[in-house]
Amino acid sequence: MASLGLVLNFLVFPGLLFTAVIGLLTQWVDRKVSARVQWRVGPPWFQPFADILKLIGKEIIIPEGARRTGFLLAPMAGLAAVGVVSTVLWLANMGGDGFVGDLIGVIYLLTIPSLAIIIGASASSNPLASVGASREMKLVLAYELPFVIAIFTAVTKVSPMTLRLDGILDYQAANGVLLGNPSCIIAFIVVILCAQAKLTYTPFDIPEAETEIMDGTHIEYSGAALAVVKLSQAMMLFTLPVFFITLFWGGLVLTGWGILYTIVKYLIIITIIVLIKNTNPRVRIDQAVRFFWGPVTVLAIIGMVLAIVGL
Amino acid sequence: MGATSWGFKKSLWVFHLNAGACNACDIEVLDCLCPRFDIERFGMKLVGSVKHADVLLVSGFVSRKVLPQVIETYEQAPKPVAVVALGSCGCTGGIFRDGYNFAGPVDKLIPVDAYIPGCPPRPEAIIDGIVKLMGKL
Repeated sequence: MASLGLVLNFLVFPGLLFTAVIGLLTQWVDRKVSARVQWRVGPPWFQPFADILKLIGKEIIIPEGARRTGFLLAPMAGLAAVGVVSTVLWLANMGGDGFVGDLIGVIYLLTIPSLAIIIGASASSNPLASVGASREMKLVLAYELPFVIAIFTAVTKVSPMTLRLDGILDYQAANGVLLGNPSCIIAFIVVILCAQAKLTYTPFDIPEAETEIMDGTHIEYSGAALAVVKLSQAMMLFTLPVFFITLFWGGLVLTGWGILYTIVKYLIIITIIVLIKNTNPRVRIDQAVRFFWGPVTVLAIIGMVLAIVGL
Repeated sequence: MGATSWGFKKSLWVFHLNAGACNACDIEVLDCLCPRFDIERFGMKLVGSVKHADVLLVSGFVSRKVLPQVIETYEQAPKPVAVVALGSCGCTGGIFRDGYNFAGPVDKLIPVDAYIPGCPPRPEAIIDGIVKLMGKL
């Protein structure tokens, strides 16, 4: 019975279906806020759902010379990974028991969608897609270092040190949210910047650069395969803020007025990400790498040192 | 009406193909995306790859030079796909219909679902044409 419950958790409630629905609604918030920033009206609320339904009904074209299995399976792997991350995070927030290496598992699984995109793009035998894949690879190498340092700042701040998500949540419930400390505020800023690159949003949408390499990494995807790619992006947009809330901002409270407070926290993070997206131009890949390995890593290390000192 | 065909109607992604147009139609297409006309209200957006497209917007008389590319682009688009001929040139050939280099108009080469005449068509006319296309799908 327990294993059946886990399967249901993965497929329906905190996992794939729930994450997909909320993720698509979040994508609507993203498009609507972008439209308002640009003084437009923006799409109706069901727009992302209509996009996905339409894509499912279309023909899937496999380009000549592409590796069929890699091309079609890679997006599925990305989708599954995001589903697992979402399940783990929600189960920890709903009072479930984690295991010792929760956080490390989450960090690994959050990298898989990018890897899946790289594999899928390389399998598609399109020159623009391989340019996109190589840029995505460099971007992963660039943002992963400050991202991990920032996350371990939170781990250092928690006493006794723990890698379990429920341990971190218990500490925050007892001693106030981690975001109240200077070191964690710095880590939070770093993490938001890395989220921008993880979601491939402007200013770090270099792998997808619409105006120069025409959607780069997913240029060759069409029909249901493209729907899977878009869906895993939407789910990522939902999962990352939930991860940050869990880690730095006291977790999701799912009773009474706490629900409203949770939604407000979530929308604040989404709005920050969308506003950064809408007010910045795209940078070049070398500028992005220099940015992440230079100022952002230094900032993350400062946060780490502050956390060790005890601030 | 099934869910996928409802989705198709509500979310038309447009791939814009310039088959020898003078750029006037193309600028009017960009006008449609701007705050005043905001075509994203209807769920439409311009996409960069023809593999993502639901609507092929062909502007310009089709010259002999681009004839193979127009047909190849149509074949690369995942079906179902709607084709819209934009501007006087796309609909009939316009002032180029007696030219030595004229291989069109568009509907002689690929099946066309909607015609938007005008030289260039105003953004209102383009939106009107696309909404009529939505009614037809």
